Amino acid sequence: MAALIERVAPLRWTAALLQRLGLHGRGLVVAVPVLWLLVFFLVPFLVVAKISLSEAMIARPPYAPLFEWDGWRLNVVMNLENFRYLWTDRLYINAYFFSIQVAFISATVALLIGYPMAYFIARSPEPRRTFLLMMVILPFWTSFLLRVYAWQGFLRSNGVINNTLISLGIIDTPIQMLQTNFAVYLGIVYTYLPFMILPLFANLVKLEESLLEASADLGGRPMATFFYVTLPLSLPGIVGGFMLVFIPAIGEFVIPELLGGPDTLMIGRVLWNEFFSNRDWPVASAVAIAMLVAVVVPIMILRSFQARLTEEK
Amino acid sequence: MNKSAPVASARPWVAETEPPFLRIQKVSKRFGDFTAVDDVSLDIYRGELFCLLGGSGCGKSTLLRMLAGFETPSEGRIEIDGQDMAGIPPYERPTNMMFQSYALFPHMTVERNIAYGLLREGVKRDEAMSRVTDILKLVQMTQFARRKPHQLSGGQRQRVALARALVKRPKVLLLDEPLGALDKKLREETQFELLKIQETLGITFIVVTHDQEEAMTLSTRIGVMDAGQIVQVGEPDEIYEHPSSRFVADFVGSVNLFEGRISVDEKDRLEIDSAEMGGTIHVGHSTSCTVDQKVWYALRPEKVRLDRDEPVDEANRTQGMVEEVLYLGGQSIYKIKLNSGKTVRATKPNLVRHEDDVISWDEPVWISWGDTAGVVLTR
Repeated sequence: MAALIERVAPLRWTAALLQRLGLHGRGLVVAVPVLWLLVFFLVPFLVVAKISLSEAMIARPPYAPLFEWDGWRLNVVMNLENFRYLWTDRLYINAYFFSIQVAFISATVALLIGYPMAYFIARSPEPRRTFLLMMVILPFWTSFLLRVYAWQGFLRSNGVINNTLISLGIIDTPIQMLQTNFAVYLGIVYTYLPFMILPLFANLVKLEESLLEASADLGGRPMATFFYVTLPLSLPGIVGGFMLVFIPAIGEFVIPELLGGPDTLMIGRVLWNEFFSNRDWPVASAVAIAMLVAVVVPIMILRSFQARLTEEK
Repeated sequence: MNKSAPVASARPWVAETEPPFLRIQKVSKRFGDFTAVDDVSLDIYRGELFCLLGGSGCGKSTLLRMLAGFETPSEGRIEIDGQDMAGIPPYERPTNMMFQSYALFPHMTVERNIAYGLLREGVKRDEAMSRVTDILKLVQMTQFARRKPHQLSGGQRQRVALARALVKRPKVLLLDEPLGALDKKLREETQFELLKIQETLGITFIVVTHDQEEAMTLSTRIGVMDAGQIVQVGEPDEIYEHPSSRFVADFVGSVNLFEGRISVDEKDRLEIDSAEMGGTIHVGHSTSCTVDQKVWYALRPEKVRLDRDEPVDEANRTQGMVEEVLYLGGQSIYKIKLNSGKTVRATKPNLVRHEDDVISWDEPVWISWGDTAGVVLTR
C-alpha cells in the first residue's frame, strides 16, 4: 500500500496534502465516518433546528427566514412559539407519551419472546445454530414495507386469521384486529424482534457452559442458575437489545400508519402529518427536535448503565 | 464429614478394614461411536486423595464429570457413601467440583462466589457469611473478600475456586487439573497447601491430572488411565517401581525399555535374551511368564550406573557411546548409544560442584545395573 502511494504521483500528492492537514493513518480512518456524520447528520439537524425556530408562512419554503440582512443590519428572529405550542396542545404531549409507552411495551414483549429464542439458539449445536440464526435474519431479505402489508392481509376482517377462526366455528363475526393498538404492538414486535435476538444471542453464546455447571454443582437448581448466573451475566445483551428496539420504535411511522387506527397517534405519525398535511414545517421541526431530546435522555441512561456493566466484566 | 477418620496413615485399600466410600462399578460412557470411558471399576476410600492420571482424551475428565453428575454413564453404577447416584442431578449430589477454568462467577465478589453454594442450600445468611470467613482464612484470602475475580491473579483465583468447592463440605471433592493454570513454582507451593487442607478437613479428594509429578506428590493412590480404561491402580511408589505395562512405565517418569525373549525361567531367576541390550539381561526374581515369551525389560534412568572401566560387580553390563549430556543442575541426563543402536537414558546426580574428570560427549562408557533394578513387563 505504502509502496503504491510512493509510485503513483497523484496518490503521493494527495497523501502529502493530507499530511500537511495533519491527517494520516489512524486520523484518516476516523475522518471518514466523522465527515459522513457531519454532512448527513449534523448539517440536516442544524437545518431542522433552524426551521423549528422560524415562523410558518405561506411561501416557498413555507417558513420565514431566521436571519435577515436588511442592507446594513442583521436581524435574527427567533420564534420559540413553536415549542410553546407543543406544550399547549395536548395532542403532542399525548403522542409523546403514547409513543414511549408503545416503544417500551413492545421492547419488553420483544425481550420476553426474544430471550428464550436467543438462549435456545446460543445453546444449539453448531450446524443447527447457524441455520436458526439464518432464519432470524431471513425476513430482512424482503422489504420491511411488504412485510407490514402482509400483516394487513392477516389481520383484516376478511383476512387469514378471521377467516380461519370463522371456518373453524370458533367465532361468528370477525374480530376487529386491524386498525387497533394491538396491531401496532404486533407489527412493532414482529419487525424489531431480530434486533432483540441478535445482541442477546451475541451475549449468550459467550456464556461459558462451565459457569452453569458450577452453579448446578454448588446446588443451584435450573431456575436459580438462570436468575443468579445467566440473567445477570446477560444484562449487557438485554440492555443492548432493548435499546435497539425501544429507540427506533419511538419514532416509528410506517407501522402505526398501516396497522394502527385513527387514534393511534404516535409521534412519528404526528410529525408526518405536520410536515405533509398541515405543511407547518416549523411546528413539525419543533416536534422533531423535542422528540430527539426526549429520546436522548433515556438512551444516555441506558448507555451509562451498559458502560458500567461492560467495565465490570 | 468425619474428622475422626484416620487419613494419611491408614491404607484401607490394602487391609480392607472399611467398605469403600465411592464405588465405580463397570462404568462406561459412549458419545456416539466414541467410547470415552470403557468399563471402569474403581473403589475409593474415605479420606483418600485419589489421582486419575492420564494423557488428554484418556477419559479421566469424563469419568470425573460422571461423578459430578454432568454426564450420565451409558452403563454401570456409581455409588457414593452407599447411595446410588443414578438419576441424581448435580445440584443434589454430595460432591463439589473445582473446575479447570475455575468457573468463578465474574459478576460476584469473592465472598459471594463462595457463599453461593451455601445460600442455594438454604443456609441462613449470617451462618453462610461466618462459614465464608472461616474458609477464606483457611485459603489465606481474607483480604480479597470484596474483590471480583478479574481483579485477582491466577493463583488467587485458584484459591477462591478451592474455597468455593470446599465450603459446602462435600463428601467428595472433585478437582479437574487443579494446578494446571499455575506456573511451576506456584504449583509446587500450592501442592503442599492442598495436601495440608485435605488433611485438615478429611474430605475425600479425587484429582484429575495429566501431570505425573503432581500425581506423585499429592496422592494416596493413583489410577492411570489410557484409552478410557484404568490400566493400573496403586500407591505412587508402586506405580513408579512396579508398573504393570509399558504404557504405565513410560507415562509415569521416564524409562528405558529393552525388548527380548525369556531364555531361562527359574524360581528366583530369569534371563532375557535381548538384541536391543546386546546380550542377556539377568533378573533376580521371577514373573508369571513362560520361556520364549516376548517381554520388555523396563529400567529407570536413575537405576543405571555409568563407568569408564568395566564394573565387574554388577549383574548386567554393556558398552556404549555417550551421545548427549543434558545438564539440569541437580542432575545430568546422559544419552548413551549402545552397540545395538538402542539409546539408553541414564541420570547421574551432580554431587560435587566442580568435577574435573566428568564423563562427556563421544566417550565410550560402560552402563550397568543390578538384577533387581528393572521390571519385566509382558504387555
